[in-house]
Amino acid sequence: MRSLGAVLGAVLVGGVSHLLIGPMLIPVIILVEILVEARQDVNEAELWIVVLLPFLSLGMLLLLGPLVALPVAAVERWRLRLVHPPVRSGHRTPRGGVRRWLRTRYSEAATWREFAYLLLLCLVIAPLSALVLIGFAGYGLVLLGAPLLVAAGEQLVFNQFRVSGVGAAFALVPVGAALLVVSPYAAAVTAHLNAVLGRILLGGEPSEALRSELVEVKRSRARLVDSFEAERRRIERDLHDDTQQRLVTLAMKLGLARMDSPAGSPVERSLADAQEQVKEIISSMREIIQGIHPPLLTDEGLVAALPELAERCAFPVDLTVDLTERSPAHVEGVVYFAAAEALGNVAKHSEAHRTAVTVERAGEDVVLEVTDDGRGGADPERGTGLTGLADRVAVLGGRTLLSSPVGGPTRIRVEVPCTGAPRSASS
Amino acid sequence: MHRRSPLRVVLAEDGVLFREGLRSLLERFDIVTVAAVSDAETLVEAVAEHGPDLVITDVRMPPGFGNEGLRAAVELRTKHPALPIVVLSHFVETRYVDKLLDSNEGRAVGYLLKERVAEVENFVASLRQVSEGGAVIDPSVIRRLVQRRDPLDQLTRREREVLILMAEGHSNARIARELTVSEAAVGKHTASIMAKLGLAHGDADINRRVKAVLAFLRG
Repeated sequence: MRSLGAVLGAVLVGGVSHLLIGPMLIPVIILVEILVEARQDVNEAELWIVVLLPFLSLGMLLLLGPLVALPVAAVERWRLRLVHPPVRSGHRTPRGGVRRWLRTRYSEAATWREFAYLLLLCLVIAPLSALVLIGFAGYGLVLLGAPLLVAAGEQLVFNQFRVSGVGAAFALVPVGAALLVVSPYAAAVTAHLNAVLGRILLGGEPSEALRSELVEVKRSRARLVDSFEAERRRIERDLHDDTQQRLVTLAMKLGLARMDSPAGSPVERSLADAQEQVKEIISSMREIIQGIHPPLLTDEGLVAALPELAERCAFPVDLTVDLTERSPAHVEGVVYFAAAEALGNVAKHSEAHRTAVTVERAGEDVVLEVTDDGRGGADPERGTGLTGLADRVAVLGGRTLLSSPVGGPTRIRVEVPCTGAPRSASS
Repeated sequence: MHRRSPLRVVLAEDGVLFREGLRSLLERFDIVTVAAVSDAETLVEAVAEHGPDLVITDVRMPPGFGNEGLRAAVELRTKHPALPIVVLSHFVETRYVDKLLDSNEGRAVGYLLKERVAEVENFVASLRQVSEGGAVIDPSVIRRLVQRRDPLDQLTRREREVLILMAEGHSNARIARELTVSEAAVGKHTASIMAKLGLAHGDADINRRVKAVLAFLRG
């Protein structure tokens, strides 16, 4: 009985959905009419219309269909509970205004699965349900009541076969009874089919919501890294454009003042002293800026910045950079930082004779390897350097691998994926 | 400081403070700034318009704050190979120097850190040297280049000091003053350096000597 109710429900919901979707199909109906009327002689203008109409329908379906699908799906989820365990909605709950809600809904897989269900409901499930209701329950009732109907003077006609009298009508009663007995089973099968489709298309695993949240988290993390990078570049630019410039100008003014004071006089000596100090500040400012974000990295990328980094090391470095194109700014920043950190570690701890650095592209990743023949035994637990490096790499979804047996050699491998965050325009 | 006909300079530097300071410094040494501009594009235009004796340019300038100044310098050199150019930078970047030295065989080029301007007289002397076709490279850059090359291991510490000063384009007399040794001693050192590096020595022309040393350093 519940199945019969479910099937009846399918017919009702299907009917309402038809009413809602129907208007979107008007262009197609017009098209059919044009084709029927035109038969052969279609002129060019009409031809365009003929071509455009299906697209118009499709467009309307895609644009407005989900808006119909959402309430229909909600009703259907509730209806399917008649024959099935409840189905959970796969929708996320967006915060914010109408626009945000629309953006979320139109970009969710769940919405489009519901849309597919709506189409199936209109085209398959509702007609099928109607067929079951009319064919089994409807006919069964009619045949069962055939003697009464005939007695009341109704005409019963089946194909060529005409029921002529009450006696003949009594022969139909068992057929009607059989149909009625079978009808719940037919309805159950139909309702079950409907429910299975509903489960597949209307439900969402909680994991999907989680997955999309994870993607969101990853994205926002990458955005964060990107904004840190942008911020570092901004600080570097400010220091360079303003502080560095002022210091250099100050040094120049002191130089001019020195020229104007008698050579060897106390004034000249203290000016010389001041000049020395300013020069030292300028040097350390240069180091600071290099540490924050090397200008060369911004300008020309890893291909240029890494050789410069290797040159600044006090020990020989064999460097191989095999990159054909620039990576996103945040990736370049992290790879450069990792290389600088690794080389810094070599200088501080390893007593190495040879250090090799390679950077290459491997699929989606930029891979950095730093190998030295020092005494090994590097331990991430001991210093913050290595863990800090690993953290920065991890934020971008990358990996840091370290092998450093006591006695060496030490190998650090860093893999940074070039996906994730958008590349922020370098200002 | 003996007087000669005033040098005409086009100056490109986006920092107003530094640009104006430099302009007044040059004025004191009888060097005329015919145009002071703040971006690379205007620099190229100004050179076309004024045909200066010397260009002084910053590396990072608008619009992109990349290495526009340097790119403009290289571009200018391709158009006018003999145009003397001094690049002022905040950073030691040998890559930039390489680009510059590749043009016109490294004649009439300078690459100096900005703070060298503070040693006013030396700075002005460097400008004159470049305007006369010499090469002047900042000692910190030379040091970096020296680090790059292995055969330099054969040089004594004193010889390295002399080499760095040589590469900066100083005469033996100047090097002697700088290191407070006799000029004869410097002569001995230079000969020994040239021999060790397998360079033609006894070259009286300082600019040729600088070129030889730089060419060696850059491998």
